[in-house]
Amino acid sequence: MMKAIRAISIAILSIALLSCIFAEFVAPNHYAKQDREASNEPPSHRYLLGTDELGRDRFARLVYGSRVSFTLAPAAAIFSVLLAEIIGGLAGYVGGVWKSAAMAVTDLVLSMPWLFLLITVRAALPLNVSPMVSVVVTFLLLGMLGWAASARMLCSAGTQIRQSGYVLQAQAAGCRGWRLFFVHVAPNLKPLLLAQFWISVPIFILAEANLGLLGLGISEPLPSWGGMLRELENYSALRSEPWRFAALILLFLVVSAFQFVLPENAANEVRS
Amino acid sequence: MPPLSTDDSRPRFVLRKVVRKLAALCLLLLFGGLLGASLVRFAPGFSVDDASLDARLSAESHEALRSQNNTEQNIFSFYAHYLGALLRGDLGTSRTLQRPVRELLAERLPVTIQSVAFGIAFGWTLGFGLAILNARFRFRALETASTLLASAFMSIPIAVIAILFVFAGTSARFAIGLLIFPKIYRYSWNMMKSSMSSPHIITARAKGLSPLSIVTWHVIPPLAPELVALFAVSISVAVGAAIPVEAISDSPGIGQLAWQAAQGRDLPVLVNLTLLVTAVTLVANSFSDLMNETFGARA
Repeated sequence: MMKAIRAISIAILSIALLSCIFAEFVAPNHYAKQDREASNEPPSHRYLLGTDELGRDRFARLVYGSRVSFTLAPAAAIFSVLLAEIIGGLAGYVGGVWKSAAMAVTDLVLSMPWLFLLITVRAALPLNVSPMVSVVVTFLLLGMLGWAASARMLCSAGTQIRQSGYVLQAQAAGCRGWRLFFVHVAPNLKPLLLAQFWISVPIFILAEANLGLLGLGISEPLPSWGGMLRELENYSALRSEPWRFAALILLFLVVSAFQFVLPENAANEVRS
Repeated sequence: MPPLSTDDSRPRFVLRKVVRKLAALCLLLLFGGLLGASLVRFAPGFSVDDASLDARLSAESHEALRSQNNTEQNIFSFYAHYLGALLRGDLGTSRTLQRPVRELLAERLPVTIQSVAFGIAFGWTLGFGLAILNARFRFRALETASTLLASAFMSIPIAVIAILFVFAGTSARFAIGLLIFPKIYRYSWNMMKSSMSSPHIITARAKGLSPLSIVTWHVIPPLAPELVALFAVSISVAVGAAIPVEAISDSPGIGQLAWQAAQGRDLPVLVNLTLLVTAVTLVANSFSDLMNETFGARA
């Protein structure tokens, strides 16, 4: 049963990823092109998921929005795990005061609800910026605020590695400082880093969706899943235009698929 | 290893733990408040005030606004001034709503407490209830269905869940519970599953105890420390979820206030809310740590 779900998940992610890569072929209409004669159109041969209130092709926006999420959530995840490695991994390796200080800051960040922190900080940054700047700001912010949980795990792993036999042997052989960290400690943190990366990607996709829905995400006219979900706020149109749920269904499928294709060790982390 | 053998030493041990936790809590709170104030203070456009463009204001009013802004320019002086006032019970005045923050918090806190309490109760009933049902009946179909349900709610943004509840004409507070539910279910079910294969459970089963008795008396009690920690985590998650839920359902609580303050860069409100939210989650976490250290050590 789980094998079948995993296979379906891989298929969903592959289709979504391929559609993003070949967006120009999958969705010939431009995501920003406004057809004022055809606003709020139902699905048709020309517009597969209809048009929004500005007459823009909803299908094209969905495909290009996927490209934004698929490119930048992993980028934010990489940034976040690197920060976690520097703060947590190094704290575990160095120990002492640095470890206590790093873990105090980590505890503080973890004690603030993630959504509260994210919304507060994003709202404090400029909202009326160009679409590309908003993309960078949004995902940089996700990376900068999403490191704490990973840092705690990396710290504990770093402490274990520091006390391991091979590190003691390396120290006895004269390998010290940064060289010891980069040659013997950091490579052994890789499996944990990879697990944290896989966990972070769907979390960041969901966080962008939450931010976008609250109007703090990526600026128009660049499409994003979060921005497209704002269409759901028009309650009166939802019953008569169910195709407005397309972005939600795609987001749901992709994030669910991520949960089932996570590597076993990452899945255990998510569960715990 | 702390001395636990005599009756006299135990209260002292607990007291020492409580004092240490309180000291750490105060330090973290002070630092958290400063962090919150710094984030907003250094945000671009912080010093820009809409009122300064109001042509109806006199030169004296503009001067008063400028001097007020100047006090807030230096983050440390602002924070020191704020803490001094806090000790006198003065939380400052909201820049956007022009009302004392204390009044705003007093008005809105009960709404959020209700929402968060409801969400936590709903999430725990659903999550823990399903975990107990799984442990009691051990049906593969039930386990798969529960896991898929938990995965489904982990894959939908909380803001969308709130929208769907508003659309259905139901209280959006359920959304808070549905955000908590997957975490409670997965964590508690994993703990129960590993506990089910431990020797004392096998012995209880061999002695012919009913599955319900085994779950009630032999599986859940040893997990109490972990469940307390999970409860503390669920408070933090619920408080965070209250922001989008209250913003979308137009519920006049702390979450909506935080949302409005964030949009209006209302520093006094944001600093107070950051301190409040941090205090709530830190107290919950410290309480669970203390329970674990005290009763976990005894066990």
